[in-house]
Amino acid sequence: MISLSINGERHDIDVDPSTPLLWVIREQAGLTGTKFGCGIAQCGACTVHLNGSPIRSCVTPVQAAANQNITTIEGVGSADAGLHAIQQAWIDEQVPQCGYCQSGQIMSAVALLAQNQSPSDADIDRAMSGNVCRCGTYPRIRRGIKRAAAMLADTANTGAHSNG
Amino acid sequence: MGKWTRRAFITTGVLAGGTLAVGIAIRPGDRRSKVTDLIAGEEETVLNVWVKISPDNIITAVVPHADMGQGTQTTLAMMLADEMDADWSNVEMLEAPSHEQYANYALAKGYAFGEKDFPSFLIDTVDGFFLKATQFMGLQITGGSTAVRTTGMIAMRVAGAATKSILKQAASDTWQVPVEELESKNSQIHHAPSNRSAPYASFAAQASELSIPPRPKLKAEDEFSIMGRSVQRLDVPAKVDGTASFGIDTVLPGMKYAAVKAAPIFGDKVKSMDTTTVQDMPGVRKVIDLGDAVAVVADGYWQAKQAIDKITVEYESGGNGDVEQSNIYEQFATDMDHAIEAGDQQVDFETGDAEAVLSASSRVVEAEYRVPYLAHATMEPMNCTAWLHDGECELWTGTQNPLGFAMEVADALDMDADNVTLHNQYLGGGFGRRAFPDYTIQAARVASQVPYPVKLIWSREEDMRHDHYRDANISRFKAALDESGKPTVWINQFVEKHDPAEAPLIPYGIDNQFIHFAASKTHVPWGFWRSVDHSLHGFFTESFIDELAVAAGKDPYQFRHDLLADAPRHQAVLDLAAEKAGWGETLPDNWGRGIAIQKSFGSIVAEVVDVEVKDGKPRAHRVVCVVDAGYAFHPDGMKAQMEGGIIYGLTAALYGEISIHRGSVAQSNFHDYQMLRMNESPAIETYIINSGEAIGGAGEPGTPAIAPALANAIYDAVGIRIRELPIKHHDLRREDLESRDVA
Repeated sequence: MISLSINGERHDIDVDPSTPLLWVIREQAGLTGTKFGCGIAQCGACTVHLNGSPIRSCVTPVQAAANQNITTIEGVGSADAGLHAIQQAWIDEQVPQCGYCQSGQIMSAVALLAQNQSPSDADIDRAMSGNVCRCGTYPRIRRGIKRAAAMLADTANTGAHSNG
Repeated sequence: MGKWTRRAFITTGVLAGGTLAVGIAIRPGDRRSKVTDLIAGEEETVLNVWVKISPDNIITAVVPHADMGQGTQTTLAMMLADEMDADWSNVEMLEAPSHEQYANYALAKGYAFGEKDFPSFLIDTVDGFFLKATQFMGLQITGGSTAVRTTGMIAMRVAGAATKSILKQAASDTWQVPVEELESKNSQIHHAPSNRSAPYASFAAQASELSIPPRPKLKAEDEFSIMGRSVQRLDVPAKVDGTASFGIDTVLPGMKYAAVKAAPIFGDKVKSMDTTTVQDMPGVRKVIDLGDAVAVVADGYWQAKQAIDKITVEYESGGNGDVEQSNIYEQFATDMDHAIEAGDQQVDFETGDAEAVLSASSRVVEAEYRVPYLAHATMEPMNCTAWLHDGECELWTGTQNPLGFAMEVADALDMDADNVTLHNQYLGGGFGRRAFPDYTIQAARVASQVPYPVKLIWSREEDMRHDHYRDANISRFKAALDESGKPTVWINQFVEKHDPAEAPLIPYGIDNQFIHFAASKTHVPWGFWRSVDHSLHGFFTESFIDELAVAAGKDPYQFRHDLLADAPRHQAVLDLAAEKAGWGETLPDNWGRGIAIQKSFGSIVAEVVDVEVKDGKPRAHRVVCVVDAGYAFHPDGMKAQMEGGIIYGLTAALYGEISIHRGSVAQSNFHDYQMLRMNESPAIETYIINSGEAIGGAGEPGTPAIAPALANAIYDAVGIRIRELPIKHHDLRREDLESRDVA
């Protein structure tokens, strides 16, 4: 039995400890927002946070994540619970097309903004180049990150509360 | 002439081989009967097959197209809502169920009429005709960039206007006032003289008893209130919080998972397999021989995947095991030579006397180009969930052709088509790949052998190696220039031909042209790939015209401009692209600027690329794109499609290559089928020309011009002409260039 903390909720799961975290998140925990894209950490569709850092869950054995804090797209924000600035910026800039890679894109972008409040283009290139988008939404992702950074800065300046 | 009603409608012909033959047929019966059951909930009145109105005045547009990210569903809903004078904030969208009543006749119309405008007197009748024709053909396809220009222009707008008309008639009957005194706005009907207002919903039941007017009046452009605005797409919110459900996200009670491995060499069959290694693996339920593939069903996907990788399979050869990519190009070249020697060229277009003028010319330019096979590599690998129960087969997948897929599955399982239901999900990318039902048939065949639902998922490797590929090709050119540098001859030969027919044709005024091709089949499965034949011919023709400009000593933009004197729409697009890009400015050392233009799917697109060549490698920094699609119903959506089409084509131009080794695909995943990433993505500026001409598509036309524009920019930067894709194989260092003594 392996104990996982996903989005603050505990899951005790009976699974082969070498199973990639991705499949446990999707099949056992039932959180299908995290996607399968390549299985070899080349596309970033499966990106989740492990203790706040972005990782590729398709190559992370579930046992390596046991008893640590895992965050998936479902834990980042929702229309009901309030959207993260990145999610709101994604809507404002109309970023997604097919949308399949966007959970992973958003997880990478959220992690970037958490450690760098005003990322430069080079910072964005570094943080986001592990995430492939076949629909070609890169220019809008770049704009979305900058918009979210500005939104967060505004919020910080006015002392208002962030939803994220 | 009859009229278009819901109980009987006139059709004007029959479809034979995709062309129109005029005739008359009447199809009696109420076309609502089954549709009502499918889409109407309690208390809802279905007015016609494209719109429903609920008691709380929510209007649902029933859209007969899948959304794979192109925003079509939103735009189609806008077109219906605007004609209906609906309150956009209370409009919802529902994808039509895969039922024959929604057969995508608009697509067939787009093909049959060759993108021409429909004579207005036919609008009421061709709809019925094509509905019938495509019921027969099983079309409910999203492809060919057809959604807005056919479904939208004919079906959605007509349906919206017709619905508004009967609602007003019902209000007129109810209030006993002349219909001319009524005004419709924001899903309400107002009668100013008596100061009465009521929501559409209050007239819905009565309106559904009225006959739909055969030829409702559509709005003029200056009357649009929703069309032409960049409203927020309806599908976006679900795509930022993980709630959008793609085919791969399907979950059913008691569902198991399947991994599959098809014979690596196309044409091979399973001869025998050794399953002893997997029988005792945890979670494994069943190993299934599918004839040309093996599948493992297990409790979890990872268990199934682990097991399939351990099974040893022996294959019966289909005779393709020795084929190498070099053999394929040799075959093309030989078949091209033979076609000319034997005089059995298949003529695509001929005008003047190209061969005679060429042999009399003193300035002849020749070149040969080639492009490789390409995979689609959608982000969501192929997958389908299937469940056979109670004599029925249910399917959950993302497809560009739900009705066609259901019929293919019915054939494969020898079932009645009425007993196969496909629940279409969001598509994690389509680009043409999800028009081919192989993965759906596999899932259904696996599910037919077990008593529970099965979700079959292809690995990325399976997806890469069992695609339906954009074809490899060779294109040979000969041209002649007169003393002023004007081209007088254009001769072009390539192999094979798919769609659209006009892809190899050029818009330029050249008097003598001979465009032909040779048959040269291979064992590699072919498929529609974003912009289809335009993706290769755009590169060929727009690179070679650039070579002619250089040979003539002219500026590549001005050279094209002059040759487009009889194509003013092209010329306007080209001119704006050059102007916005700052054509003619001096660029830094090792920078270059290239231009290309291609009309595809009814839209003219010109692109200008600024490239920097550094350490022998190109980096596209900026792309200026101009599109004339007649009219942009959703300008931001049009821009998004141009951006997407450009990056898709740029990825292929720089990196895209599927090559054949020992009869199978050599590449397997994103490490060897490389993708363009954020750090290589250019800034893209898109400008829209609303010329008012016939409506063109948006999903594909952004792709064809980018490869030649980039190659032409590289030539401008370092003087190296790219005649073979992908560009990653070319060393673009200047020192090499100088030692090669290229001008």
